[in-house]
Amino acid sequence: MTPQETVERALTLSRADNCVVLADESSTANLRWAGNTLTTNGVTRARTLTVVALVNGGSGTSTGVVSRTGVTDETLEGLIRDAERAAAENAPAEDAGPLIAPEQAPTEIASWDEPPSETGIGVFDDFAPALGKAFARSEAKERKLFGFAEHTMVSTYLGTSSGLRLRHDQPSGTVEVNGKSPDFSRSAWVGQATRDFTDIDVDRLDDELATRLEWATHRVELPAGRYETILPPSAVADLMIYLYASAGARGAHDGRTVFSKAGGGTRVGETLTDVPLTLRSDPGAPGLECPSFEVAHASGSASSVFDNGLALRPTEWIAEGKLAALQQTRHSARLTGLPVTPGIGNLVMEGDDPRGGPSLDDMVTGTERGLLLTCLWYIRPVDPQTLLLTGLTRDGVYLVEDGKIAGAVNNFRFNESPVDMLGRVTEAGRTGKTLPREFSEGLSRVAMPALRVGDFNMSTVSQAS
Amino acid sequence: MGMSEIDPAFPALPLRRLADAALGRARTLGAEHADFRLERIRNQHIRLRDGSVEQASDVEDVGFAVRVVHEGTWGFAAGIDLTPDAASRIAEQAVEVAKVASAVNRERIELADEPVHDDVTWASPYDIDPFTVPLADKTELLGDWSRRLLGDERIDHVDATLMQVLENKFYADTAGTVTTQQRVRVYPVVNAVRVDSQTGKFDTMRTLAPPTGRGYEYLTGAGWDWDTELESIPELLAEKMAAPSVEPGSYDLVIEPSNLWLTIHESVGHATELDRALGYEAAFAGTSFATPDKLGTLPYGSAVMNVTGDRTARHGLASIGYDDEGVAAQRWDLIRGGTLVGYQLDRRVAAMNGWDRSNGCAYADSPATMPVQRMANVSLQPSPHEISAADLISRVDNGIYVVGDNSWSIDMQRYNFQFTAQRFYAIRGGELAGQVRDAAYQATTTDFWSSMEAVGGPSTYVLGGAFNCGKGQPGQVAAVSHGCPTSLFRDVRVLNTVQEAGR
Repeated sequence: MTPQETVERALTLSRADNCVVLADESSTANLRWAGNTLTTNGVTRARTLTVVALVNGGSGTSTGVVSRTGVTDETLEGLIRDAERAAAENAPAEDAGPLIAPEQAPTEIASWDEPPSETGIGVFDDFAPALGKAFARSEAKERKLFGFAEHTMVSTYLGTSSGLRLRHDQPSGTVEVNGKSPDFSRSAWVGQATRDFTDIDVDRLDDELATRLEWATHRVELPAGRYETILPPSAVADLMIYLYASAGARGAHDGRTVFSKAGGGTRVGETLTDVPLTLRSDPGAPGLECPSFEVAHASGSASSVFDNGLALRPTEWIAEGKLAALQQTRHSARLTGLPVTPGIGNLVMEGDDPRGGPSLDDMVTGTERGLLLTCLWYIRPVDPQTLLLTGLTRDGVYLVEDGKIAGAVNNFRFNESPVDMLGRVTEAGRTGKTLPREFSEGLSRVAMPALRVGDFNMSTVSQAS
Repeated sequence: MGMSEIDPAFPALPLRRLADAALGRARTLGAEHADFRLERIRNQHIRLRDGSVEQASDVEDVGFAVRVVHEGTWGFAAGIDLTPDAASRIAEQAVEVAKVASAVNRERIELADEPVHDDVTWASPYDIDPFTVPLADKTELLGDWSRRLLGDERIDHVDATLMQVLENKFYADTAGTVTTQQRVRVYPVVNAVRVDSQTGKFDTMRTLAPPTGRGYEYLTGAGWDWDTELESIPELLAEKMAAPSVEPGSYDLVIEPSNLWLTIHESVGHATELDRALGYEAAFAGTSFATPDKLGTLPYGSAVMNVTGDRTARHGLASIGYDDEGVAAQRWDLIRGGTLVGYQLDRRVAAMNGWDRSNGCAYADSPATMPVQRMANVSLQPSPHEISAADLISRVDNGIYVVGDNSWSIDMQRYNFQFTAQRFYAIRGGELAGQVRDAAYQATTTDFWSSMEAVGGPSTYVLGGAFNCGKGQPGQVAAVSHGCPTSLFRDVRVLNTVQEAGR
C-alpha cells in the first residue's frame, strides 16, 4: 500500500471514537570526513506509521499513541488495535479537545495524491568530487579538513477522522567544514544550510577556511572578562533557538521559566529590550519553508496530538523588542488566555533598519577593539530563572582592532542569558540564512543577523583549540 | 550471572535468511568484510505533568543494515522490508555507496581481528519486562508519586517521567560470528518545582535514582528506595530556596556519586574515546587532550585515581554480550594510579593504532545507523578501605558537599568544564552546615583529577549514568553507566551563577 492508502485503511479499520494517522516516509544520505579523507557514509530509508486512537470516556478523552517502522499491510491492524488498547488503559488527556476540522486546516496544500519524495547518494554527485579536490588542495597546503554533509527528505501524510488529508514534503540539508592546521592549533569553521545541495560552492567554503586559518597565524592571548563581541549569524542562531525552545506558554504559565511573570501569568506584552529586534516564524519564509500545519506525533509541553492539522500562520515571538507570543497548544492557549500560536519549524530574527543593516565586514570595520566569534558550542542551561546558558567559543575567536583582524585569540567559556543579552545588543547586522553550529539537528531553517554585544561574558579561558 | 530469556517474537523473525542473502550478495560483489544487523527496538515514554498524563507513547523500530568494507572503503545501507530480496538489494546499495565514497576516501579501512563467536546469545538480567506491565499500572504509580509531592504545600509542580527500552539485536558477519541479544533499561525520574508567587523565584529538586539496566522491578523497590527519596524532596527544595547564595572562591569539594558520575562521563569517558583522541570527531564533538602519544605517561590525576572501562557491569547501561561488530564484551584499565593507560576502541581504530583486538565499544543506536565507537561503562574504583562520606567530610575545614547532577558543559578538548548540582551544602570544621545555592564548580580536567586527595570505600560506590549520551553525525544516542565512590577534591574553583549572569 502507498502511504495514502495506508492512512485511509487505518482510518477505516479504526474502532476508536476518533483517530489521527501520520505516515512518514523518510530518506537520508550523508558523507562524513576527517583528516582529508572520508570516514563514514550512508543512505537510509524509513517508513514510520503513527496511530493516535482517541477514546471517549466518562471523565474525558484518552489517547493511545503508537509509532512503528516498517508496518506492512499484514501488521497494520495489529498496530491500530495496540493504539486502541493503550487508549483504553490510559488516563484522560488534559489537552483533549475536538480534532481539527477542515476549515481550521490550511487550504493551499501540496497534493495528497502525489507519491513521497526521496533523496539518495546521488544528491552528492557534484559535491563529492568537488570535496575530493578540496581534500587534495588541503593536503598540498598543509591543512586538514573535517566535516559532515547530510540531506534528508521526509514526506508526511496526515489523515484524521475529522476529514483532514494533508501532506508536506520537508527537505533539509546541511554541510559543515572544519579546517585545521596540521598540529590542530589553528581551527576554522564554515557551514551552510541547503534544501538540495545545488547552491553549495565547495571552493568558496574552502577559500573562506583558508582565509580564517591565515588570520590565526598571529596569536593573541586574552584573559577572561567581558568584551565587546560580534556574534555572527550562526552563533546568534544557536542562542535564539535555545530561547525559542524555552518559550513554551505552559511552562511560563506555571511560573517555572524565564518567561513567567511574578505573581502569575506570562511576560507576554513585556518589553524585553529597547533594541527593536523581531524574532518570528513563517511557514512560507522563502528558502526556509516548513509545514504550514501542526504535526504532533505525541503530546508534550508545547505540542498536542489533538492539534494535528491546525493551520499555522506567521507569528512574531518578539516584536520590536517586546515579547509578543509563546509556543502554544489550543489547551495552553485556553489556560493562558492568549492566542493559539503553536511552534513553527523555522526562525528569523531582524532588526528594524529599512536598508537591511550592515554586513559582517562593515561591522568588523566599525569596531575599534572587540572580538569576532565564529560559533558557540556545548551550550547548556545553568539557571532557568534567567535562562543563563554556558558554553564555549569555538573554531575562531578573532581580535579586531581599528577595524581590522589583528589575530586569533584563545577560546573562552561564556556564561550568558540570550534573554538578558537582547537588552545589551548595540548593533544588529543584515539578516541572512545561516547554519546553527550546535542545534542544526533540531532546527536548520534559520535566518539571523550578526549582533554586537557590548559586554559579552567570557567567564574563563579554555585552552582547547 | 542470571540471564533473562530472549523475547521469542524476535528470533521468530527471518534473521538468518536475511543475513545469508545480504552477506552472500556482499561477498559476490567483492566486499572483503560485510556485516548484517537486524534490530527491533521498543521505546515507551510516559510523562505526567502535575499528576495528569501529558504523554504516553510507544515507538517501535524494526529494520536492518548492511555494512561492507569494499576495496578498503566503508559502505553502509539500511532497509525496512524483511525479505531476502530486499536484504540482497541493501547489500548491493552498501557496495554502491562504497564505490561512490572511494572517490573521497584516502585511508584504507582495516579491522582488527576478533575470534569467531558462532551462534551465541545474551540477555541482560532483569525480573519484569516493563513492556508486559499495563500502561494503567504505570500511570497509576507515577500519578501516586506525583500526588505525594503535590500534596505538600511546599511543592507547586511535579514532572514524573518513565522511559523504558527493550532492545533486540541480531548480528552476523562474513567471518562467521552470529549473535542474538536483548537488553532492557528503564529511567524513572521525578522533578519537583517550587515557585515563590510573590517574587517569581522558582527552583527545582530532582530524584537521584540513576537510569539502569533493570526492569520494572526498579520502580517497585528493587535497587532504589523511592519512598524515602520522595518523602525527602519537599524539605530539601524548601531548604534550597531559602539557602544563602554561595560566596565564589576556592573550596575543597566532597562530591557524591550522584554528581561525580557526570564529571567522569565528560572529563574521562569522552576524553578516552580513541577515535576522538585521534581527531575523527574534531569537527563535531571535538578531540581530546589525552592523545595516543601520551599513552602510558600522561598524568591524568592523583595516585588514587583508578578508572576502568567495561561492558560487563551488572545492570550497566553499556553492558552487553557482544558489540555491534561482533566483539565480545570486556573490562580493562583506562587510568591506573593516575596515569593514562588505555582507551575505548572499535575494530577500525584498534587496527589503525597497533592494538591486536578491539575492546568492544562499537554501537549503533538503531537499525538504520552506522556503528560508531560509543562509551563503555567508565567507572572510578573505590578505595579497598571502608571510608565513608562522613569520613571525607570530616577532613574538610572549609568546603562544599555536592549532591546530584544538574548542569554540565565541557570544551572541545575536554579541558575546561563547569558543573552544577541538585544541591550543595557548606562544610565547616568537618561538618555539614546547611545548603548553599547558586554554585557551579569549574576546573581544567587534569588539575581537577590531580586535586583528588581521597576516594571513598565500597559502601559509597553507586552506579549512575545517562540514558541519552549523544555522539556522531548523524547524531546517535547511547546509554552508559558510571560507577564511583564519594570523593574528596582540594581547592576547586566555585562560581556564583547569579553573579555570572549579572553585570
